[in-house]
Amino acid sequence: MRENDLLRLPLPSDNPLEPPAEWEQLRRQCPVSTVELPSGDKATYLTRYDHVKALLADPRFVRPTAEDEGAARIAPEGAGGPAADGSSTLTLPDRGEPHLRWRRRVGKYFTAKRMTALRPGMVRTAEDLVDDMVRNGQPADLKAGLGFPLPVYVICDILGVPATDRDRFSHWSDAFLNVSRYTGEQVRAAYDEFAEYMSAHIDATRGEPGEDLISMVIRESEAEGQGQGLTDDELLGTAMGLLVAGHETTANMIGKMVAMLLADRTRWERLLADPTLVRTAVDEALRFDANLGFGIRRYLTEDVEVDGELLPRGTTVVCSMPAANRDERVFTDADDMVLSRSPNPHLTFGAGPHSCLGQSLARTELHVTLDVLLRKLPTLRLAVSIDELQRVEGLLVGGLSTVPVRW
Amino acid sequence: MKVNVDQSRCCGAGQCALIAPEVFDQGDEDGIVTLLEPNPAADLHPAVREAAAVCPASAITIDDDTDDIDTDTDTDDTTDDGH
Repeated sequence: MRENDLLRLPLPSDNPLEPPAEWEQLRRQCPVSTVELPSGDKATYLTRYDHVKALLADPRFVRPTAEDEGAARIAPEGAGGPAADGSSTLTLPDRGEPHLRWRRRVGKYFTAKRMTALRPGMVRTAEDLVDDMVRNGQPADLKAGLGFPLPVYVICDILGVPATDRDRFSHWSDAFLNVSRYTGEQVRAAYDEFAEYMSAHIDATRGEPGEDLISMVIRESEAEGQGQGLTDDELLGTAMGLLVAGHETTANMIGKMVAMLLADRTRWERLLADPTLVRTAVDEALRFDANLGFGIRRYLTEDVEVDGELLPRGTTVVCSMPAANRDERVFTDADDMVLSRSPNPHLTFGAGPHSCLGQSLARTELHVTLDVLLRKLPTLRLAVSIDELQRVEGLLVGGLSTVPVRW
Repeated sequence: MKVNVDQSRCCGAGQCALIAPEVFDQGDEDGIVTLLEPNPAADLHPAVREAAAVCPASAITIDDDTDDIDTDTDTDDTTDDGH
């Protein structure tokens, strides 16, 4: 890369399962580089594990919001909605002590134990979806049949939303996250519908609480008295955050994980021979995913030095977790998918105080997906060649548009 | 082996409680790590090391005493056997 060649994100690659050639070169020669985002705005791009981890975990910095002057936007004006441009009117505390309090209040719903308790229900949901897919005949799109519906059904259960409304949630989630498919106006309309629906749901839950997350937060807020718990706006923001953070990401990951395992079918066969590898295989799929989206932004509110270079206050940094996950300084045979890799300290869920709140949920869903597929469809294979797999158009969450399979 | 957890760093990801449930748990009130066993038995050491290595908040640290390192060497060397 010559110095005056400005890199544009997203970087191209041969196929959606392959990393862009630039990552290796950047990590080696230019770990702190300047890139242009689809909006035309410039940002600083980090690709080495240590740098990415340190900045993601730095409690001083968070994702840019609309108030951060000169922060780099991902998409051009008007597209992408609240998740892309930080203009969300949903106010969740995003930094410092208030963020910590919110995180602990909601995070306790997502403990490993609770996720394990949700597992039998997830297995039933996944089995039903696979049965439907088989009934509809082959080839089938595994993403549409299993990857997309499973996580939204799980989130609806967590929010206490009836099964009959699951399809509406699927639509809203897509509109919040898909940068290119919807206009700004359509995204706002989806947001208004979602807010109206959730407000009514929160009111109804208050009258008749159950065992879901919303009920738990409401019960606690009432027990603590006025002004202590989450406000209704914060509850709404929490629900939206769960949908945005937990649906499309997991849906795409299910599709990519299965595609990666089938792209070299000896991987699938190894799991069939030894299903106890499912746990480490899931984290290796998370590490190995080269099509994760272009990274997480951080807005610098003070000067920071990275790799001997001073990044001034006001800089927007893009931390490339997928590039860091291939850093050979940290991962032996970083470009091989090693199903038994352990420990696997990948950065796909971020690091530090803002690392993914729902990572136990995501892992449990991915484990369940693999367990159910290995058991019910051991003959599963890709129905197209790897070169025919297509990237999704959106920008925030990388994925495959379809995952055609046979069995 | 002596295990330490820093609750102020913990982000409640729950990886430790999944990997080494005999040693780590999460508080019902806040999802934050609790240490069940600060001096785990040798057969749990690999899991504890994995939990410390993957903790997204680097909230788990391990102190090895000399005796322990001797008995642990074999276990550590096998952590890269991914082929």
